Amino acid sequence: MSDVWTTIIVLTVGTALIRASGPVSVGGRELPAPVMRVVALVAASLLAALVVVETFAGGDDTLELDERALGVAAAGGVLIIRHDALLRAVIAAAVVAALARAI
Amino acid sequence: MSFQAGIRAGIPYAVAAVLVAISFGVVARPVMGTVAPIVMSAIVFAGSAQFASVAVLASGGSAAAAIVAGLLLNARYFPMGVALAPSLHGGPLRRALIGQTMIDASWAMASRGGGRFDPAFMMGATLPSYPCWVGGTAIGVLAGDVIGDPERLGLDVLFPAFFLGLLVGELRGGRLAVAAACLGAAIALALTPFTPAGVPIIAASAAALIGLAGNGPEPEPEEANA
Repeated sequence: MSDVWTTIIVLTVGTALIRASGPVSVGGRELPAPVMRVVALVAASLLAALVVVETFAGGDDTLELDERALGVAAAGGVLIIRHDALLRAVIAAAVVAALARAI
Repeated sequence: MSFQAGIRAGIPYAVAAVLVAISFGVVARPVMGTVAPIVMSAIVFAGSAQFASVAVLASGGSAAAAIVAGLLLNARYFPMGVALAPSLHGGPLRRALIGQTMIDASWAMASRGGGRFDPAFMMGATLPSYPCWVGGTAIGVLAGDVIGDPERLGLDVLFPAFFLGLLVGELRGGRLAVAAACLGAAIALALTPFTPAGVPIIAASAAALIGLAGNGPEPEPEEANA
């Protein structure tokens, strides 16, 4: 089997197992209050990490400041004006990044 | 019905997903051919892992290296699944299947504050993204020559901008949520130069442990993101 198909199949099985692992290992029962307070913060910490990594991480594990930062900053500007203007923020980000690269 | 409300809430993300999927198709075709990228989107269904493993293969890396890169990026689904788990009912098989519908955006949109999630809302919010992700990949593969460089169109900032929008919703959870976000971002930035892709994001979830320091009332339930 080629590298491409090996990668796809193993990644499919592995990803499905990871997605199942949390719900199967913990599922269905109430967790103690301190654990729930931790759980309540996982989304904020993961989303913040995704934003900064996808904005600043370069090709080979470097940090880069480029047009992506301008685009994401534009999205931030839209979100400051209107918290729920998600689609407008995303469009603003792409337009600003594309314009910055065109200049 | 929270499933239908989830579908409506998932549409903006699906619009962004179709554009990101087009860029995936464009970058994957020279490496994988025409069929494999579409199959990959249909059965892996995890954007960042797909980009990472294709990047490894494109740079001449082995299948093993591509698989490790993809799995590291998807490892965040473990803490996400643990967070989701107390809100799930039914047997292990049912919970495992609901876990398959987790994607970053729908999971975050289904967060109701205080560690509670709405699984029906999450499944609904994932639904529009699936045909958009697979179809977008097909468009990218087939029309890559017309589209050219996806970065020229700013498509690479769609996901970080979207996640920023979801983060704003999470920050209404209070001061601790803001602190967890700042700490998570700092951990991810600090580790990026020193660890393989994926590790900084999983490590950032440890920032949620500051919740152990809080002893006040649970955060107010939030409004659903539109």
